[in-house]
Amino acid sequence: MSKLVSLFCGIIFGIGLVISEMINPTKVLGFLNFFGDWDPSLAFVMIGALIIVSPLFYLFKNKEKPIFSKNFSMSNKKEIDTKLIGGSILFGAGWGLVGLCPGPAISSMAFFNVNSIIFVITMFIGFYLSDKYVMKSGISI
Amino acid sequence: MVIINFTPLTALAGGSIIGISVFLFFILNGRRLGVSGIASNFLISKNNRIDNLLFLIGLILGPLIYSFFTNEKIEISITSSLFLLITGGLLVGLGTRIGGGCTSGHGISGIGQFSLRSIIATITFMVIGILTVFIKNII
Repeated sequence: MSKLVSLFCGIIFGIGLVISEMINPTKVLGFLNFFGDWDPSLAFVMIGALIIVSPLFYLFKNKEKPIFSKNFSMSNKKEIDTKLIGGSILFGAGWGLVGLCPGPAISSMAFFNVNSIIFVITMFIGFYLSDKYVMKSGISI
Repeated sequence: MVIINFTPLTALAGGSIIGISVFLFFILNGRRLGVSGIASNFLISKNNRIDNLLFLIGLILGPLIYSFFTNEKIEISITSSLFLLITGGLLVGLGTRIGGGCTSGHGISGIGQFSLRSIIATITFMVIGILTVFIKNII
């Protein structure tokens, strides 16, 4: 059942990216062009998501186990360290260069856009390199 | 600063749908959704590999399914500069894995649980993204 949920969540996440136009790198770059012609839409996408997520996360925070899995995989990471800041700086730079972050990058391959595919392949090479040379443990939020 | 192309309603609607996905993934599968985590763990870790793959397939199917039900053109305009695509892809892959999350992981799942770590990460990548675009416009 968890597999069906994963597929379903991916599908509606992808639909959300299309409706909000975040699948379009030019739209995202419009948000990052804060000092020029600014398009605030991305901030409203985050607000829309957080209006749903934050109260529900809070409401269910003491729930013992999820419905289709044995336990919640929680991260207790609290530390603000150089990896968090350094990684976010690298990510921000790449995001500003093209206007794609991982979700929209993968969704934008739906229409066989060659440039999206090149971006995603190099993004996966980036995951691999960081895992091999920088990180030793798995990713968690 | 001049505000252009602002689409608050579709942004809120699309964002809410993304929020529903994040909540369902949490309450049903017990995981905090972050696309960089799912994609990089699919590549690197054996845990939940099929789940992660199915989510990624869903991400690609979503826009296709949507396009069957609408006549509007789904616009994706992306740079064709190989230099930008390759540098950008590498930086996003390296950065999200090292920093432990991306726009969805830190920006929605993390901030959604009021994680200070995620708030700081989100401010950092947004400020750097804005600076990058600013510098790109000068050059």
